[in-house]
Amino acid sequence: MGFLEIRNATKSYGAVKVLHETDIAVEEGEFLVLVGPSGCGKSTLLNMIAGLEEVTSGDIAIKGRSMNGVRPADRNIAMVFQSYALYPNMNVGQNMAFGLEMHGIPKAERDKAVSQVADLLQISHLLDRKPGQLSGGQRQRVAMGRALVRDPDVFLFDEPLSNLDAKLRVDMRTEIKKLHQKLGTTIVYVTHDQIEALTLSTRIAVMFGGHVQQLGTPKEIYDNPANIFVAGFMGSPSMNLFPAKVTTENGEAVAKVALADGTSATLPFAQERSMAGHEGRDIILGIRPEAITDEDGADRNSKAIHRIEARVEVTEPAGSDTFVVSHLGGKEVTGRFRADVDVRAGETFPFAINMEKAVAFDPETEQRIG
Amino acid sequence: MSSNVTSRRADDWLRDALPKIVLSPSLAIVLVFVYGFILFTFYLSFTDSRILPSYGLVGWENYWKLFSLRAWGIAIDNVLIFGSLYIIICCALGLALAILLDQKIRAEGFIRTVYLYPMALSFIVTGTAWKWFLDPGIGLQAVVQSWGWESFTFEWIKDREMAIYTIVIAAVWQTSGFVMAMFLAGLRGIDNEVLKAAQIDGASNWALYRRIVIPQLRPAFMSAFVVLAHMAIKSYDLVIALTGGGPGTATELPATFMYSYTFTRNQMGIGAASATIMLMSIAAIMVPYIWSELREKK
Amino acid sequence: MASNASSQVVRTGAGSRFVIYTLLAIFCLYYLLPLYVMVVNSLKPLSEIQAGGMMSLPSEWTIAPWASAWSTAQIGVAATGLKPYFLNSILMVVPAVAISTVLGALNGYVLTKWRFRGDTIVFGLLLFGCFIPFQMVLIPMARMLGLMGLAGTVPGLVFVHLVYGIGFSTLYFRNYYQQFPTELVRAAMIDGAGFFTIFRRIMLPSSGPIAVVCIIWQFTNIWNDFLFGASFSDFDSQPMTVALNNLVQSSTGVKEYNVHFAGAIMAALPTLLVYVVAGRYFVRGLMAGSVKG
Repeated sequence: MGFLEIRNATKSYGAVKVLHETDIAVEEGEFLVLVGPSGCGKSTLLNMIAGLEEVTSGDIAIKGRSMNGVRPADRNIAMVFQSYALYPNMNVGQNMAFGLEMHGIPKAERDKAVSQVADLLQISHLLDRKPGQLSGGQRQRVAMGRALVRDPDVFLFDEPLSNLDAKLRVDMRTEIKKLHQKLGTTIVYVTHDQIEALTLSTRIAVMFGGHVQQLGTPKEIYDNPANIFVAGFMGSPSMNLFPAKVTTENGEAVAKVALADGTSATLPFAQERSMAGHEGRDIILGIRPEAITDEDGADRNSKAIHRIEARVEVTEPAGSDTFVVSHLGGKEVTGRFRADVDVRAGETFPFAINMEKAVAFDPETEQRIG
Repeated sequence: MSSNVTSRRADDWLRDALPKIVLSPSLAIVLVFVYGFILFTFYLSFTDSRILPSYGLVGWENYWKLFSLRAWGIAIDNVLIFGSLYIIICCALGLALAILLDQKIRAEGFIRTVYLYPMALSFIVTGTAWKWFLDPGIGLQAVVQSWGWESFTFEWIKDREMAIYTIVIAAVWQTSGFVMAMFLAGLRGIDNEVLKAAQIDGASNWALYRRIVIPQLRPAFMSAFVVLAHMAIKSYDLVIALTGGGPGTATELPATFMYSYTFTRNQMGIGAASATIMLMSIAAIMVPYIWSELREKK
Repeated sequence: MASNASSQVVRTGAGSRFVIYTLLAIFCLYYLLPLYVMVVNSLKPLSEIQAGGMMSLPSEWTIAPWASAWSTAQIGVAATGLKPYFLNSILMVVPAVAISTVLGALNGYVLTKWRFRGDTIVFGLLLFGCFIPFQMVLIPMARMLGLMGLAGTVPGLVFVHLVYGIGFSTLYFRNYYQQFPTELVRAAMIDGAGFFTIFRRIMLPSSGPIAVVCIIWQFTNIWNDFLFGASFSDFDSQPMTVALNNLVQSSTGVKEYNVHFAGAIMAALPTLLVYVVAGRYFVRGLMAGSVKG
């Protein structure tokens, strides 16, 4: 039994169902990230865990206790909001202590808890300031401090980094991860940023259209996306998806991919990707940019590197890498080359494709088949 | 939406109901004293009420009588003349002043204060000031004559034909500064870059205002129209203070008509009918406006 | 009105700037003229006005008209001056403003932060109540005040203004609280604060600006009201505006214009003072009164 259990929970506004039957069990100390585009239901689910929105049907339980009808204050949770939601009229110390005060904790204990957390987050020097006098990063810390002081069962984060500039966001991301490792808290974290999801989480729930599309570890999600949506959403630049046909050559399953010049390339599937039963079918082949490289940049540990010649259309030097755009199966395909490879637009160039990392999807159901 | 929540204690119920409990006195007051009273007056307009409310129904008789009364005809004519001039002049003047004031004027704050202060005054004060200023015996006419222009006459306030325009003058004086402020706020809300783009496209100042700026002030025009129209229909104090409805009944407006028929002439049924007409005309303006405002915000 | 949008772009030559300033100055005179007339003539003897000297400065300065308007002028049947009516107005305005503002704040709080099915309709009903012609409620209100034993009293007027002031104060606070981040309320809920605690500890401390706007608006409106005062007051409970009108319209004896002007300024002074001291908030209140926030 999970520490935080979401059992068959749904949410409807009138006739509109914004969250379909959802089951997630979170273990103590886990860092679960709910990720998806806006309107996917992730924030609704978080608000339901917080008790800010009621569950239409199903149940949410924390430590085995059903939370239906329990008000937010009595759930022993804490939440960090996107806007930080610091009380503008109170100073930092008062902001952090407010929840304890509301729960009837004596002043001395409140002060002690606040100063401990302030030390931990290195915001002790800010305790007397008003939120209006703080920078974005400082507000973010105070918001986390306010949550930590409560010592709750579950921490809820609602896109906490989206108001910070890029540099600060990366720093705070690391900080949150350190904090989680140090304190071993249970966290549910909502974001639309897939990099945040991959870096922070112990498990990810990718959501879209009110459904959990896939629930798994970052590696599972990244390497074996359950469907085309997850494949396209997670990873940047996103996974290349192009049509191919499964055939058998020399008793081995291979993918036939049309090239821009009218010929076709043959890409044998790796051993572990069983295509049995799919021979002769059209599929969507998914290959991440880092699995399409120049020959010298290919993964030496892979036993399934295949070479094809294709015309280079655009090169996009990005400092550490050069992204090379070509066409496969009639779709634009991006490969990730080493930065100093001499490749020019207009040339035909050998591409090394790591088929160990290739996944196949059913074009009808969009689900992964191998 | 709380169908799945079955067992709640009484304090839980209270906690959930608290916001509605807090709101309910206000709602009750408004339901009784606004909507209940509206229904009551509406009902009275179909009765034979005279000095006191009476409940004998007479059908549409009060409305027939009302529209056959010369005084009501005058009141309607007057409110149309007054209302249209008031709205048009206030808007024109307000827009002109707002544009002038939007040209990086040095003492803008001071000038704005001067233009707007009449809005802080009671119509009774405004009426008193203008009443004596327009009085031929001591006001403008007397002053100009004392300066040597013996033949100068300005007796609108005593003239049955012209008296209604003195009300326009005083009302415009009171409100045009406010309309200016509304347009100024509208002007300040226009995107600077659009104007720069238009200028790079070669628009003259005149074309800039006519083609780019003024069309974007549509919401300000709408708000100004609604505010002014509803003030025009409700106008009462100013007429009482400035002309008392006179000379004779020359400046009677629906609001003064309603008051005198109800409370001094003891024709409560007819008074209620006239109030109903006023309500309908204001509702015709306000309801669509409020409706669209509330929908936008959703 | 911070940034000058069009003025940064539109450039005007020296000639047209001269025309602009001249026009603006002329309109300053237009708006100031009646005030000038009131002030100047309230400080001169009646004979100077009657001699056609309305526009000139007093040749003989006197505060006698002020003294007369305040304490001895004939108002209706009594020669009491405006003083008792000024007090009536204050006794009427203060409680009406205070109560309607508090109710408006609570209503605005509920309508934005504790939304429920049909809340927009409730707000629409409250809002439309601001704009009805009050002729529609005069007859039943007169009877109701009689039933409540408040007819012809200052508390009766307080009640009337309270009833018809709730709509506007709710409008102000609702529009203001709508901009107030709901996440703060949610944070406070998670922290364990209840309905009134959130209002008192989170909302109220940030409500200063809108409270000022609301108070100014209600004060100005109620102080300047004439219709309710004329309809629901007796001789001894009349507010200032009604008394001033009685003073000016009285048909007996010589018309003491200078006293009328002094009285008019007295009636205008409180609201003018508010406007001069807190003009920024006054304007904001006017703008919000045109429905939007």
